[in-house]
Amino acid sequence: MPVHLIYREESVRAELIGEIDDYTARQMREAIDPAISRLHPKKLILDFSAVPFMDSSGIGLIIGRYKLMRLWEGEVTLSGMSRRIEMIVKLSGAEKIVRKERREQHAG
Amino acid sequence: MLDKNEMKIAFPSFSSNESFARAAISAFVAQLDPTVDELTDIKTAVSEAVTNCIIHAYRDRIGMIYITVAIDPAGEVTVKIRDKGCGIEDVPKAMEPLFTTGGSERAGLGFAVMQSFMNRVRVRSKPGVGTTVTLKKKIQSRRIGA
Ligand SMILES: Nc1ncnc2c1ncn2[C@@H]1O[C@H](COP(=O)(O)OP(=O)(O)OP(=O)(O)O)[C@@H](O)[C@H]1O
Ligand SMILES: [Mg+2]
Repeated sequence: MPVHLIYREESVRAELIGEIDDYTARQMREAIDPAISRLHPKKLILDFSAVPFMDSSGIGLIIGRYKLMRLWEGEVTLSGMSRRIEMIVKLSGAEKIVRKERREQHAG
Repeated sequence: MLDKNEMKIAFPSFSSNESFARAAISAFVAQLDPTVDELTDIKTAVSEAVTNCIIHAYRDRIGMIYITVAIDPAGEVTVKIRDKGCGIEDVPKAMEPLFTTGGSERAGLGFAVMQSFMNRVRVRSKPGVGTTVTLKKKIQSRRIGA
């Protein structure tokens, strides 16, 4: 499974694992959506610390989850992005709709 | 011509082949001794073009994707990604950032990403016939006399 979900009181942290392309983005979305649709967390943290490669499918993943979270006024935070992933996020303008978190020292 | 260093691959448009395509191309280009960044630029651009064949060109069927990679001694890499899919009606419009026909899970950023990571992006397409995307990048080789 390319996602590890960590549940906290009012947030869900999704640790994304491995390369993100159209194929794996689909698997990630299928893991995340049922969990957040059930729990309606205030915050979804997408953690990219373990993502060595991402194409624009990753932007679709971010924007799609943002739209879902907005249904219950939740927000999306991006964490652990490499310089490259940040470049692609910047190119998309998605950084205007999400929050950013600095790379965490300890996960969980 | 025998002095041309070129490789070709062809594979069906299963989404699970995306990582294979990236890996095959970067393994071939590696002989130019590119930096990690240069190699990732090429991998990302190729990933965009291959994904477009899979999800747009062959939207509701599986078709073949043809890739040719050529490298020249000066370090120029040329990657051609070709499909025999639905084609693009209006190429300039398709290349505009954020334009997508792919629905809510697509950002419309593929061509913008290709353009920002490669030196040249050329698209030739004919509706009903298919699309060829040509990507070029100059590798600043670190080897003297390579
Ligand atoms: N090989 C192709 N065959 C047919 N149509 C294509 C092809 N490549 C791109 N297109 C068209 O061009 C549009 C823009 O492509 P682009 O890669 O920029 O964005 P996208 O694929 O829609 O979204 P993203 O790449 O961000 O996931 C597509 O929505 C599609 O309509
Ligand atoms: Mg695309």
